[in-house]
Amino acid sequence: MIRLEPRTTPSRTLALLAPFAAVACALALAAIPLLAAGQNLFEAYGLMVKGAFGSAFAFSETLTRATPLILTGLAAAVAFRAKLWNIGGEGQFYLGALAAVIVGTGAVPGPAWVLVPLVLLAGASAGAIGLIGPAYLKTRFKTDEVVTTLLLNFIILLIVQMALQGWLKDPMSLGWPQSEPIVDEATLPALFEKYRVHAGLLVSLAAAAVITIVMRHTVLGFELRAVGENPDAARHAGISVNGTMLKAAAISGALAGLAGTSEVIGLKGYLTSDISPGFGYAGIVVAMLARLSPVGVVVSSIFIAGVFVGADSMSRAIGVSSYLADLVVALALLSVLVAGFSIRYRVRWLGLRGGEA
Amino acid sequence: MAGQHRKAQAHDELAPVVLKIAGITKRFGALTANENVSLTLHQGDVVALLGENGAGKTTLMNILFGHYVADEGEILVAGAAGALEHLPPGSPQAALDAGIGMVHQHFTLAENLTGFENILLGVEPIFGLARGRSAARAKIEKIVTDSGLAVDLDTPVSSLTVGEKQRVEILKALFRDARILVLDEPTAVLTPQESEGLFQVVEKLAAAGLTVIFISHKLHEVLAASHRIAVLRGGVLVGELTTADADRGKIAELMVGREVPASQRSPMSPGAAVLKLDEVKVSGSDARRTLHAVSMVVHEREVVGIAGVAGNGQSALASLISGLVEPEAGRVEFCGDAVTTFSPRTFMSAGIGRIPEDRHHDGVVGAMTVAENLAIETLKDARFSQNGFLRFNGFQSHALEAIEAFDIRCSGPDAPTRLLSGGNMQKLILARVLENAPKLILANQPTRGLDVGAQTEVHKRLLAARERDAAVILISEDLDELFTLTDRIYVMHAGNLDDAGPTDALDRAAVGLMMAGHSAEATAS
Repeated sequence: MIRLEPRTTPSRTLALLAPFAAVACALALAAIPLLAAGQNLFEAYGLMVKGAFGSAFAFSETLTRATPLILTGLAAAVAFRAKLWNIGGEGQFYLGALAAVIVGTGAVPGPAWVLVPLVLLAGASAGAIGLIGPAYLKTRFKTDEVVTTLLLNFIILLIVQMALQGWLKDPMSLGWPQSEPIVDEATLPALFEKYRVHAGLLVSLAAAAVITIVMRHTVLGFELRAVGENPDAARHAGISVNGTMLKAAAISGALAGLAGTSEVIGLKGYLTSDISPGFGYAGIVVAMLARLSPVGVVVSSIFIAGVFVGADSMSRAIGVSSYLADLVVALALLSVLVAGFSIRYRVRWLGLRGGEA
Repeated sequence: MAGQHRKAQAHDELAPVVLKIAGITKRFGALTANENVSLTLHQGDVVALLGENGAGKTTLMNILFGHYVADEGEILVAGAAGALEHLPPGSPQAALDAGIGMVHQHFTLAENLTGFENILLGVEPIFGLARGRSAARAKIEKIVTDSGLAVDLDTPVSSLTVGEKQRVEILKALFRDARILVLDEPTAVLTPQESEGLFQVVEKLAAAGLTVIFISHKLHEVLAASHRIAVLRGGVLVGELTTADADRGKIAELMVGREVPASQRSPMSPGAAVLKLDEVKVSGSDARRTLHAVSMVVHEREVVGIAGVAGNGQSALASLISGLVEPEAGRVEFCGDAVTTFSPRTFMSAGIGRIPEDRHHDGVVGAMTVAENLAIETLKDARFSQNGFLRFNGFQSHALEAIEAFDIRCSGPDAPTRLLSGGNMQKLILARVLENAPKLILANQPTRGLDVGAQTEVHKRLLAARERDAAVILISEDLDELFTLTDRIYVMHAGNLDDAGPTDALDRAAVGLMMAGHSAEATAS
């Protein structure tokens, strides 16, 4: 018999170690299919680490991957702090990308110092609107935002596909469903010659810094934490729970939208309907691994990005499917959820007869 | 009643010993919850186990019931033949088999089953469901006749009153041949009349040979219903006395360890009306949240009590005065002006301080620090923020002042609030409410679950606020508290509020009847 006992004080050491334990656990579990495929574990994981961090190029690729993940991770972290379960990061990402091509492909002329901020603002606003809708429905009608935000992802993606087949389609694209290219003045420059990592990374890092300050040092952050931890006490203390929820939604949606914008104007240069390999969803894993800390989000984004980039490189070298990366990420989420549970509860083995009452 | 008690005591001396708790010690880390506690119970004894929160009452009963294993000491229970046998520690099944039955404060009944089915639940064999039912029925009906525990056994428990549910719980224990019955805070949810009925049943059962331990912190009912009183303090059994020789002051002193000065209300002349409700209606999802055309008035320098059994609309009234709900009809006046905006923020800035009923749920954000919870109602204040940015120095110095002034025991301003004891959490809320010198204080069950020391502290603060011209509304289920503190009493029943008049002209029985739904006129006649 096993008994679960709540811990009176969640262990601080465990809280700090949990994400690392979860990562180790995920890698250990992912070893099972690797072994089943007849691979040498050390070689496979060694190739993965090398592919992600082994050279300046590898690391720059990892940082390129981490750029949107930091933003979608922050989006999830802010929303989850307020107990607003935003599963719609993917949809808000595409709204941000859509806004980028609407504003940034020549419709608005101007120099780079006007156009880049304008496009970023447009993307952030589009993402924010994408989450304020479901959040309003939640505050007004108590609709479950998990359902609405999740389903909106598919609706938004279909709208993007429709636009790319129709009015947004580049006439010069030889029939491919993709948008016109972003004009040079609206493009985020690459940070280094010959590497793909771009100024979007600076936007992400700045966003992480701003969110850290907002959460810790502002009235808004205080209210957001209070509403997330105990909405009834917050309401009783005169904090507007609905208002705070909507503000959290605006910030969260804006961050996810920015991720999409930065991906379009920093990396791809145009919009296709497969621009995101699931950045919105991976952001949830990033946030959970980071235990919702903005600084932690940066670290866990680089880790998750490393898993994706490393697995790609490994699969090219030894012929294991790169889906292994998805497996590791999914296992990491499950492991971190279990770890979060073990921080709050103690599992006690009572012997075979111990639980009888 | 007193004569009956003495008779029962004389009987005790001769009656065989049924339970012997011998030298029980239980430690949780550095905390000693029970230290060398010994207690002997005879057949037909009614022993009140009295003590403040954290005195070790619950730990002792959990050891008796096999939920905890004692570090030292043992428990002996009389077997079927009458000889004392060692009770195997750590086994609830063994405790049940030895005839120990427990009625918890929070009932453990399946609401959609009938009383009869609830009693059978768990003892009925899995196979051959129908067999033995009629025998069981006969056995229960005999217990009902013998004990006077009248209750409709064939309606679903969900439609029974709280008092009736408690009877089902007691029947459940008796059906399992309990010879020792433990009642944990049995009167917490009962009207005074229902409590009186319970005590009569207990007396009858004791006379028939049942041994009863009842846990309580209400002095008057302990005096009314027990033969003997055992007082625990800090895990130690500090006194054992026969009820006939005990008086309130003596027991309170034993419980707290020092003399407890009773809160004294000095007569004052009430001033202008602070809050006036006129035919105010609130419609809620259930009876607890509904008010039917309620009228009341509270003046400066006045404590007005709201008596009533829990769940009769007190929540709705408290929500209304906290600004959490908007009335459907009627007029609310605060300091002579009609109230049009109903929100906690406008109510707070108008000068209404609120002590919520459930401090964990509505009073504090447990995960946030003491300093943060002390500032949460006045975040926009220049002490705590400037242009939207928090001022940590303001939080710290403010918290240190409040901790000092209100004697909040915690490791410091940065301590997570959920680690505070109930009493200290309440002091935190009091500090927050009182620092802005509110014109009206709504105190909803402010002393529930607090020990005598903390209760006195809360009472003292409320009376001090009254002397500072504040109006106080005290919602309480504890008549003792209401009669000590209030100038006037309203009684709440099923969403209606009846004016019972000045406290000094009232007696408990009349208020009790009104709590059960009889109108003031009917009570007077």
